[in-house]
Amino acid sequence: MRVAGPRRDWGRRLVVGLPFLWLALFFLVPLLMVGKISLSESRSAIPPYEPLFEFADGALVTVRASLANFILLFEDDLYVGAYFQSLTIAGLSTVICLLIGYPMALGIARARADRRGPLLLLVILPFWTSFLIRVYAWMGILKDEGLLNGLLLALGLIQEPLIILNTDWAVYIGIVYSYLPFMVLPLYASLEKLDPSLLEAAADLGAPPWRAFLAVTLPLSLPGIVAGSMLVFVPAVGEYVIPDLLGGGDTMMMGKALWDVFAQTRDWPAASALAVAMLAALALPMALFHHLQGRLEGDGRS
Amino acid sequence: MKRSAFLMSALAFGYAFLYAPIVLLVTWSFNESRVANIWGGFSTKWYGELWDNSEFLDAAWLSLQVAATSATAALGLGTLAALALVRFGRFHGRGLFSGLLAAPLVMPEVILGLALLLLFVALEDLIGWPDGRGFSTIVIAHTTVGLAYATVVIRSRLAQMDRSLEEAAMDLGARPVKVFLVITLPVIAPSLAAAWLLAFTLSLDDVVVASFVTGPGASTLPIEVFSAVRLGVSPQVNALGTLIVAVVAVIIVTGWWLAGRRAR
Repeated sequence: MRVAGPRRDWGRRLVVGLPFLWLALFFLVPLLMVGKISLSESRSAIPPYEPLFEFADGALVTVRASLANFILLFEDDLYVGAYFQSLTIAGLSTVICLLIGYPMALGIARARADRRGPLLLLVILPFWTSFLIRVYAWMGILKDEGLLNGLLLALGLIQEPLIILNTDWAVYIGIVYSYLPFMVLPLYASLEKLDPSLLEAAADLGAPPWRAFLAVTLPLSLPGIVAGSMLVFVPAVGEYVIPDLLGGGDTMMMGKALWDVFAQTRDWPAASALAVAMLAALALPMALFHHLQGRLEGDGRS
Repeated sequence: MKRSAFLMSALAFGYAFLYAPIVLLVTWSFNESRVANIWGGFSTKWYGELWDNSEFLDAAWLSLQVAATSATAALGLGTLAALALVRFGRFHGRGLFSGLLAAPLVMPEVILGLALLLLFVALEDLIGWPDGRGFSTIVIAHTTVGLAYATVVIRSRLAQMDRSLEEAAMDLGARPVKVFLVITLPVIAPSLAAAWLLAFTLSLDDVVVASFVTGPGASTLPIEVFSAVRLGVSPQVNALGTLIVAVVAVIIVTGWWLAGRRAR
């Protein structure tokens, strides 16, 4: 029974309106401001950017929009390099996460039913502990006189310590380590739903296990693969802490470039332009993610 | 189903990879020696130093306050948002609403931090609020992120919920607010607890967004840890990490055990 009336209407407006207002004010408007300030010029004042519009006597006098910040980004090899390096590091890390995470998710999905819960819990648990401190632990493992080198030297596998910390290698390890749970969880969710009778049917028809995997398991876990890949790729592109702590001087990623421009150069318009460029790079994967999420929810309802 | 040796070794490798740094961190925290590779004997001296480190303690207290406040705000707003998405059917602006709720989940932290800072600076210029940046600006930023995550958790529980009890109560003449308080709320309570904990943890763990929107004098624990770690190895951070791991493990395992007992 639905009671339609002014009172109910008012309540509905409140339920939608409060979170809507919050997100508009503290999410949408700030993002629009980033776009606006990316078009304005930097100045040494507070706030450190020129106003885009100038008003006098209530009328708009000048509009000072310029693409100078974006032109600067494209002309500076540092930023172009950061752009491609971010995409490369995030992309390769996603693939490595998939290669490690897929067998893990499959292993958990095929474990005895009463063991799946604890196994899954063990994947989630590191995610709840401090991300920063786990990345810091890798500094102790990877540094020149760190644990890994000590172990390899003691075993006689290497004569000189490997230089891993402050190189791209350490960034890959850090990103794969930090985002692996985000890959395993959606993969597990789609693999767990897989009907085992399909695999039995494939086996009955004489398909060897690898063929059954390619023909049945892999295609049916595609939503999990895409969701997991997005959950790793998108945050990895904008990652700041991992390249800063584990990476070297030549590891330039967009998130780190943005912070450096913002904090050291204090050029807010240039930082905003970098943010816009980063969003542009992420627009396609984000749209894909949203589309897929919508489709999965559609499946769930039917 | 037969378990293949390949999958078993993949699992073993995966868990070793996930847990090696954590196990090492715990071991180092009890190491008398400052050098990680040399075992100087069992010692709790780093815990003592941590306890005497007033910067860490003050920052931890600020972080707990920020996390509790923002998680509570995110829970309230997230519950409303989830109700709107699951129960209101189509309404004007629904597409924009659900887009705004999903976007913070995939928004790079540096962009969110920069965007909110620009807003706060412009607002202060315009209306004089927020007067300087610190506790309140970090709470607002963390509420925005927490709200998006809380909505996902609560929304999925609401969508699964059996509605017949609610309908029965409505038929008996209960007002929507009463139905929500007496029937819906108790049913979705576990998801509310999970949502609050998630928002709380995210806030407690955030260094990037907080670094952007904080001002002088308001350093959260991750900000302090980050600056200590950038300067090099600090055994106190090992001790701090061990404490965090211990607390999280106790909470998660207890929660899982309680959920399992309820299910049975």
